[in-house]
This record gives sequence, C-alpha cells and structure tokens, in this order.
Amino acid sequence: MLSYLIRRIVNAVITLLVVTMVTFGIFFAVPTITGSDPALLYIGKTADEASLEGIRTKLGLDDSIPVQYGKFLQGLVVGRDYANGNDVTHCDAPCLGYSFKTEQEVTPLLLSDIPVTLSLAVGAAVLWVLIGVATGVLSALRRGSFLDRAAMTGALAGVSLPIYFTGQVALLIFVHELGWLPATGYTPITEDPGAWFGGLILPWVTLAFLFAATYARLTRANMLETLGEDYIRTARSKGLRERTVIGKHALRSGLTPLVTIFGLDFGALLAGAILTEQVFNLRGLGYQALQGIRQNDLPVILGVTLVAAAFIVIINLIVDLLYSVIDPRVRLG
Amino acid sequence: MSTDSLAGLTLPGDRGTRPFLEVKDLTVRFETDDGIVQAVSSSSFAVERGKTLGIVGESGSGKSVTSLAVLGLHRTRSNAKVSGQIWLDDQELVTATDEQVRLLRGGKMAMIFQDPLSAMHPYYTVGAQIVEAYRVHNPKASKKEARERTIDMLARVGIPQPEKRFHEYGHQFSGGMRQRAMIAMALVNDPKLLIADEPTTALDVTVQAQILDLIRDLQEEFGSAVIMITHDLGVVAELADDVLVMYGGKIIERGPAADVFHEPQHPYTWGLLGSMPRLDREVRDRLTPVKGTPPSLINLPSGCAFHPRCPYAGRNGDRSYTEVPELRGGVHAVACHMSADQRRTTFEQEVAPNL
Repeated sequence: MLSYLIRRIVNAVITLLVVTMVTFGIFFAVPTITGSDPALLYIGKTADEASLEGIRTKLGLDDSIPVQYGKFLQGLVVGRDYANGNDVTHCDAPCLGYSFKTEQEVTPLLLSDIPVTLSLAVGAAVLWVLIGVATGVLSALRRGSFLDRAAMTGALAGVSLPIYFTGQVALLIFVHELGWLPATGYTPITEDPGAWFGGLILPWVTLAFLFAATYARLTRANMLETLGEDYIRTARSKGLRERTVIGKHALRSGLTPLVTIFGLDFGALLAGAILTEQVFNLRGLGYQALQGIRQNDLPVILGVTLVAAAFIVIINLIVDLLYSVIDPRVRLG
Repeated sequence: MSTDSLAGLTLPGDRGTRPFLEVKDLTVRFETDDGIVQAVSSSSFAVERGKTLGIVGESGSGKSVTSLAVLGLHRTRSNAKVSGQIWLDDQELVTATDEQVRLLRGGKMAMIFQDPLSAMHPYYTVGAQIVEAYRVHNPKASKKEARERTIDMLARVGIPQPEKRFHEYGHQFSGGMRQRAMIAMALVNDPKLLIADEPTTALDVTVQAQILDLIRDLQEEFGSAVIMITHDLGVVAELADDVLVMYGGKIIERGPAADVFHEPQHPYTWGLLGSMPRLDREVRDRLTPVKGTPPSLINLPSGCAFHPRCPYAGRNGDRSYTEVPELRGGVHAVACHMSADQRRTTFEQEVAPNL
C-alpha cells in the first residue's frame, strides 16, 4: 500500500513537471509563431529600443530557452529575482511572473481568484452528486416507472441545455422577474456568509442541473448493471434485507465508476468554469483565463493553465488513492 | 396432474406425510419486450431430507429458474410471474409474504451458485460476507460469535488457515477454495434444503470431485435435502437419489437415478446419455449428440417441444406435432407419445447398442 502511494505521488509530480514544460513551450512558441516580441507585449508598442533591451535583460528573455525554463522552475519552487543592473524586483515562490497588462504579479492575482472558483465548484458538486446519485438510484430501482421516465426526460433536457441558456433563463426568472434572489456575484464567506450563499445559489443550481443530469444517467446505468451481478443474487440468497442488498452491496460497486468521472469533472471545474462565471458575473479562474486570452497576456495564461493542471493532477491522485481504498483488487491485485 | 406420480413419494393430504420440499404445478414466466418467456411450465417434484434430487437439462431448460423460484429470488423481478405451490416443511412459499420468504432464504434454505468468483462481492472480505449471512439469521449473535462460527465453517469445508483466509478477498482465493467458501456461506445457518446450481461447472476436474465429496459429506452431517442442478450426467450418477430431466421448461422424465440411467425412457434422455463420453466402452468414432438447438422459450414448438430434434417424432402420426405429451407413469414417469413397449424396443434395438 505504501509503495503504491509513493508510486502514485511520484507519477503526479512527473506529470506536473511535464505540464510546466508544455505550457512553458507554448509560452515561447506563441510569440515566435505570431511574430510578436514578448518584451514588446510587456512594455507596449511605443517603447524605444533601450527600454526594450532593459526589459529583455530583466525578464531574462535573452537567455537560451532551457536556461529560461530553469529560471522559471526556480521561480516556482523558491522564488526568483528579476534584475537589470541595480533595478531588482523580487518575486516570491511560487512565482508565475508578471502580467503583461497590469504589471502585477500573477500569483496573487490567481490566489484571489481561487476562492471564487472553489466556492462555485464545491457548492455545485455537493448539489449535483446528491441530486444526480439519488435520482439515478431511484430510477434504477423503479425502472420503467413514471418516476424513471420523468427523471430521465429531465436528465436529457439537463444534458442538452447549455449553461448560457439555463443560466440566463434562471437569472431572468429568479433575479429580474421574481426578485427572489439578489444579483449573483461573489462575496467572501468570511465577510458575509449570507451574501456568499445568496450570490452563489443560482450558479450552483444551474451548474448542478447540468451535471446532475449526466450523473443521474450514469448512476442509473451503473446501478442497473450492478443489480444484475451474481453477487447481488448471492446477497439476496443469504436472506439480507433489500435495504442492505441495495444500500451496502449494490451501491458500493455501482457508484465506484462515478468516482473517476467525478474526479475529472470536478478537476475541470476547478480549472475554471468559463461560461458559468461569465453568465453569473463571477471573477474566478475561468474569468481570468478569458481575460488573459483576450489581452494576449501570456504570463496569466501560463499561470491559469498551470494551476488548472495542478488541480486536475491532484484530484486524479486523490481519485486513484480513493480507488485503492474502495476496491481491494486495486490494492492487492 | 395427479399427485400420486410425484417421484415415488407418499400422497399429500394428511400434513404429517407431506415431503420436506414439495413443488406442485410450478410455472414461471417472464414478460419481456420480445414476448412472454415460458421458463418453467407446470413442474412438480419433491425431495425428502437426507436425499438428493438431480435436475438435468441443457442451458435454458428451466432448471436454474426452478431453483430460483424455490428460493423466491424471482420476487425482485417485477416482470416475473410465479404460480403453483412450493411447500417447504409444511409452509407454502408462493403465497407467503416477501418477508417470510426472506427469513427462510439463507436460513432454512440456501443456495450455492455456479461461478464463485462472480458470486462473491469483490469489495468485501470472504469472512465478512459469511459473517453477514450468519448474523442476518442470528441477530442476537455477537460479532465474535459470528466470527468464530465463520472460521469454524471455513475449516469444516476444508479451507486451510481459516483465521488468515477470513480476512482475504474472493479474488485472492483459488477457484476450488472460492467454491468451498461459497459452500461455507450457504451452510453457515445449517440449511435444511441446499440447492447447488452447477456447483462444479467453473472448476477444474480434479477440484470438481473434491467439491462433490464435500457436498455429500456435509449432507450426511446435516441431514439436508439437496437439489443438484447440472448438465453433467456424471455428477447426477454420482450423487443423486432421484433425477428430473427438463426440456423446454418442462419435466420430461422423472424417476430414481438408477432407473433413469439404466432404463431411460425419453428420447432426449437417450440423447443426453449418448452425448456423454465414456471410457468403459469401446471408443467409437463419434459421440451421438442430440441434434439441433434448444427451443426458444418465447415460441415453443407445437405439440411435444422436443419434436424438432426427436428422431422418432414421426412414429406417432401427428401427435408429436399437435399434442403436448403429459408426464405419465408411477415412480418413473415420462412425457412421451410413444407407448411403453415402443420405447422399450426402440431403446433396446436402436439406442442401447450405441451407448
């Protein structure tokens, strides 16, 4: 078990390292392909050659690409100094460089976005897992019933309707027409939990509707498959109560495949729900990514990509470890 | 059907003499999108305690469906319709409530399944699964008692180091050990009726004999009634006191094992015996299998369900094609349109020389 754990963690670290290489590669490939000079992007088109040269020295753009990558990694791990003669700027670890546009450090920028994204993702995830799994299990147990058909029709609608449609409709109804909810937006939970909740409830529900639909369908399919397994028949033949058969024997294996899917979905959501954030006026990682792309702000794009990748790798690591707890065949196979 | 033809057993009527397990006119059908599957049609049989009944037939002949019906395992399938009577120790099970049947299941009656790997839950240890089976019928037993009982059962079925194996998972057991563990699970509550559904089919030949011996020994020890479902006539010859041969959801021959083996009456039984490789006879070029494929249970052939595959179907005029043969006879009963004399001469002259 311990060696399995170590192996998975080493794998995760290697994956992250590869991700930094690829994103860093893109960071340099893009200006080369588009023929734009990063220094020019940083300082603006009106700059003279001397200040451009200064910027290049300070940011280390004159170094060879491997050296630049080395410095970039160093910045991530221990922090780095940007120096041009006496003009020294220190950037603390994990240093992701400076935004081309605002000339601010990228790291604090992203750190301030993470609570927004985290609040959105966690709240929605709790909702969609509860609703999706419950609906799926009930549908599987009452297969062919009115409830099953209604739930699956609703789920089909949920899967088919894009968030910019359901989101806008929900905003129109609950905020603008009925006025039941305040305008959406982010208030830190530490400041005002009520406002935090009120501002996020609509994005949660809308996002959860989309995912719950998928999860209901998946859960239903998995449960139906599991209920047909021989070991479920064995459980019944032992004389166990139907409650135990379903709740203990069927759910455990029926829900296991969902752990993988959940890891992927949740990781992707942490990486930024661009559409949801846009529709509901939330400034999280998705919004930041969009801004970065719009303004060709490479350090921001690089930073968001890295954070997103890190989330996905970490969530997947957790999923793998969870699997070894859930399924003894993974651990002992 | 008259009750006096039940596998050589006393008449019901006065409750003291009802067989331990008596199945009367059992019919099981499943409503599917393709039509009604007539899985078992008015089957009757009985088993006494300490005796073994072998049920033989091809896949889809209704033998497993019959045993699942006895255990009430069709109740969870909403499309299954079970009718007839199942008497276990003077209690009728078809009309009993779900809860009454649940309490008998795994307690008074238990079942061993064909593939022990898929029949065990992959996420729970073998010990935990047996403990669960024990505690559901002995709610007052402490965890420690249940654990001791489980380890004791594992040892009884011949699993070495039962204290250690208790904590292992199904996939860590070999095939034979897994089936032993399944048997331990089935026997943990001393069932009076044990149904074994092809218990050795998934196992190595060398292990098969061990498992059959084990079931026989345990039967002697516990005095249980055993139903052994198999397509392997060798297993039946080895263990069974009585035999049912099923075809297309119906019992087509029924009788004491020795009679069915030495004087088989139904052409299908002849075919089964002809399909069996034997070393004690001269080696022939080929076995004589039953030609054709088992019938569809949704659309059974008219008349005798076996007629499309029966070499003698033409000997009864139109009857084989139009009339369903009844199961007739005393202790040794058969459902065939040929007369007893016809069957005897056909068997002696045409079939026996090739067996």
